[in-house]
Amino acid sequence: MSDIPLPKSSVTRVSQRGAEKGLPWWLLPWLASAVVLLALPFIFRSDTYLTVMSLMGIAIVFALSYNMMLGQTGMLSFGHAVYYGLGAYFVVHTMNWAIATRAPIPLPLMPLVGGFAGLAFAIIFGWLSTKRSGTTFSMISLGLAELVGSSSLILRTFFGGEEGVTTNRTKLLRLTDWTFGSQFQMYYLIAGWCLISAIAMYALTRTPFGRMCNAVRENPERAQFVGYNPQVVRYIAFCLSGFFAGVAGALAGINFELANANLFGASQSGTVLLATFIGGIGTFVGPVLGAVLVSYLQVMLSDITEVWQLYFGLMFIAVVMFAPGGLAGLVLMHVPLLRAGVLGRVVPSYLLALIPTAMLLVGVVMLIEMTVQLAVKQSEGPVMKLFGVAFNANLPGPWLVMLMLLAGAFVLFRLISPRMGTAWDNARSAAAERGMVV
Amino acid sequence: MLELVLISTLNGVLYGLLLFLMASGLTLIFSMMGVLNFAHASFYMLGAFVGYQISKWAGFWPGLILAPLIVGAAGMLVERFGLRNVHKNGHVAELLFTFGLAFVMEELVQIVWGKAPVDYRVPALLDFPAFTLFTTNYPAYKLFMLAISLAIFVGLFAMLTRTRIGLIVQAALTHPNMVAHLGHNVPLIFMSVFGVGAGLAAIAGVIAGPALVTQSTMAALLGPILFVVVVVGGLGSLSGALVASLLIGLLQTFAISSNASMADLFAFSGFSPQPNTIMNDLWRVSVAQIAPILPYLLLVLMLMFRPTGLMGNRES
Repeated sequence: MSDIPLPKSSVTRVSQRGAEKGLPWWLLPWLASAVVLLALPFIFRSDTYLTVMSLMGIAIVFALSYNMMLGQTGMLSFGHAVYYGLGAYFVVHTMNWAIATRAPIPLPLMPLVGGFAGLAFAIIFGWLSTKRSGTTFSMISLGLAELVGSSSLILRTFFGGEEGVTTNRTKLLRLTDWTFGSQFQMYYLIAGWCLISAIAMYALTRTPFGRMCNAVRENPERAQFVGYNPQVVRYIAFCLSGFFAGVAGALAGINFELANANLFGASQSGTVLLATFIGGIGTFVGPVLGAVLVSYLQVMLSDITEVWQLYFGLMFIAVVMFAPGGLAGLVLMHVPLLRAGVLGRVVPSYLLALIPTAMLLVGVVMLIEMTVQLAVKQSEGPVMKLFGVAFNANLPGPWLVMLMLLAGAFVLFRLISPRMGTAWDNARSAAAERGMVV
Repeated sequence: MLELVLISTLNGVLYGLLLFLMASGLTLIFSMMGVLNFAHASFYMLGAFVGYQISKWAGFWPGLILAPLIVGAAGMLVERFGLRNVHKNGHVAELLFTFGLAFVMEELVQIVWGKAPVDYRVPALLDFPAFTLFTTNYPAYKLFMLAISLAIFVGLFAMLTRTRIGLIVQAALTHPNMVAHLGHNVPLIFMSVFGVGAGLAAIAGVIAGPALVTQSTMAALLGPILFVVVVVGGLGSLSGALVASLLIGLLQTFAISSNASMADLFAFSGFSPQPNTIMNDLWRVSVAQIAPILPYLLLVLMLMFRPTGLMGNRES
C-alpha cells in the first residue's frame, strides 16, 4: 500500500515565505473559504441549494476524515461509515436525552458528542484492525463494518430497527434566537463545523505526527528505523480519523433529525471511498473537490436519470484507470507548466481532444439511456428524448449513430494521443529547463 | 435432533462447496496478482443471470455450459483491457478498479433484468425429491449441485497438480519471470486464470441460481462472505480455502437452524433483564439471528490471533 502518490510538499516553502513577508499568508485560503461559506446562502437562495450545500459540507468533513487514513497514512478502509453512523446514533440519542432531562447543552456543541463516539469506537476497533496493514487491514475493516451493520438488527433498542431513531433539533437549549429549525440556519451550523474540522485536519498534516503518517505510508520499515512504531502511528491516525467521521455523522444526524442503519451501510462506506478517490487522495483539497462533486451529482443526476449510480461507477473506474491522482492530481500536474509559462503549449492538443471526448460521452450516454428506455422503461414506449432530441429507440438509426460516435471517438483518440503526448513532453521539458519541475 | 443434524450437515457441505467454487477462483487470482478481486461475486451473479436468460431460450442444460463460457470470456476481457492497464498504478488502484467494477456490474444487471428476483426454475429433470430422511424430503437438485461442485473441485485439483498446464500455472504464480524466460506467454496465462476463475464463479451462479434467489443483490450479499473464506483459509492457499469454505458453510447452516438464546440457556437462573434495554436485546437474541455475523466474527478473531489464516503463509 505504499504506492499512493506523494502529496506535493510545500512545508519548506511555507515557512520561508511566511518569514519573508511577516504576514500569515497561509491564512488567506482559510479566510477566503470562510467568506465563501458565509456568502453562499445569499447567492444560492433556494431550499434545494441550501439542502445540497448542507450535504456537501457533511460530505467534505467525512471525505477529509477518510483521506486522513487513505491519502495520508495509506490505509484503505472499506468500513469508514461505521464511525459516521455511530456518531449519528450517539448524537441523536444524546439530543433525545437532553430534551427529556432539559440538560443545558446547546445544539452547536452536539457534533462533539458524535466526534467522541466515533473516537471511542475507533479506539476499540482500531486496536483490532491497525495491527495489520495493507490488504489485511482492508479486509478487517470490511469484516468490522459487516459486524456492526448486522448488529444493528440485533440491538434494536439502541438502533431502532428498520426505522431508526428520530429527534428534534429545535428543542434544545438556545443561546441565541436561532432555533436551527430552518435549513438556512442549519447550513451555517454545518458550514461552521466543516471549516473548523477542515482547519484542524489540515493543521494535523503539518505537524510532525502528520509527517510520520506520510512516512508510514511510504515506507513503514524506514519509519521504524527512525524510531517510530508504524503500528502506533496508524492507530493514532485511525482514531483521529474516527473522531472526524463521528463529527460528520453527527452533523448528518442533526441535519436529517434521524439516525438509521443506512448511515453505516456498505454503500455509505463505498460512497466516501468513491468521493475521496475521484477528488484525489494525494492532496488535501482533493477530497473536498470529490465530496462537493459527488454530493452534487447524487442530488442532480438522480433527477435526470434513473441509472445515475451507473454513471457514478463508470466515472470512478475512469478515474482509477486514467487519472489515479484524481481531479486534484490532474490540476496539480499542470501547476509547474503554469509557473514556467508554458501551459499554452498543451492547450491546443487538449482542445483537439475535446472533440473525441464529447463524442465518447454522448455515445456512452446514448447507449445507456437507450438500453434503459427499452429495458427498464418498457411501459413508456420506445420514443425518448435525449439532449433535447426526440427519437425512437426501437429503430436502427439511433443505434447506428451511437456506434459511429463511439467508433469515431476511438479512432480520433488514436490519432490525437501521440500529439498530446509530444506536446506534454515538450512543455514538461521546457518547464524543467526553467527549474519549475521538481 | 438427528434428522436436523444430518440435514444441516448436508446443506452445510453443499453451501461450503458452492463457496469453494468461488473462493478457488478468487484465491488463484489473488496468488497471481496479489489483489483481492472485489468483482468476483459479481461474476457469480452474472453467471446466474446469463444462465437464467439462456434457460429461458434454450433450457437449463445449455445454460449450464454456455453461461460459464460467456462469463469466463467477459472475465478475460476485464483482465486484458482493465486490470492489466491499471496494474502500473499499484495494488490500491487494482483493488479499487475491481471495486468500481462490482458497482457497475450490479447496476448493469439491474438495468437489464430489473431489481426484482427473476424466476429461475430448477430443470424438470431434477425436480423431484431424491430421498426422504426421516420426515424431510431432500431435493434431487441439491444432490446434483453437490455432485457438480465435487466434480469441479476434484477436476481443479487434478488439473493443477497432475497436468503440465497446472504445473505451468503454478510456476507462473510464484515465478512469473522465470516462466516467461522458459518461453511461456505469462500475460496469456494470467488472462486465462482470471477467465477460468470468473467461469468457475459463473458455474456456481448457474447451479445456485435456481436453488437460491437470483437477484441483483446476490453479489453484494455473498461478496463479503467470500473474502472471509479466503482470508480465514489463508490468502493464496487453495486447501485453506476448501477448509474455510466448509467451515463457514457448516457454521452458518447450523447456526440458522438453532433457535437457542441466552434466555433459553440460562432459563433456570430465573434472571430476566428489563424490557427495552440493550441487555434485554442481547439476552433474547437467538443463534439463528446472529448467524449472519458469525463469519465476520470468525474473520476478526482469525486476523487477530492467526493473521496468516488457517493454511496461509503470507502475512501483510
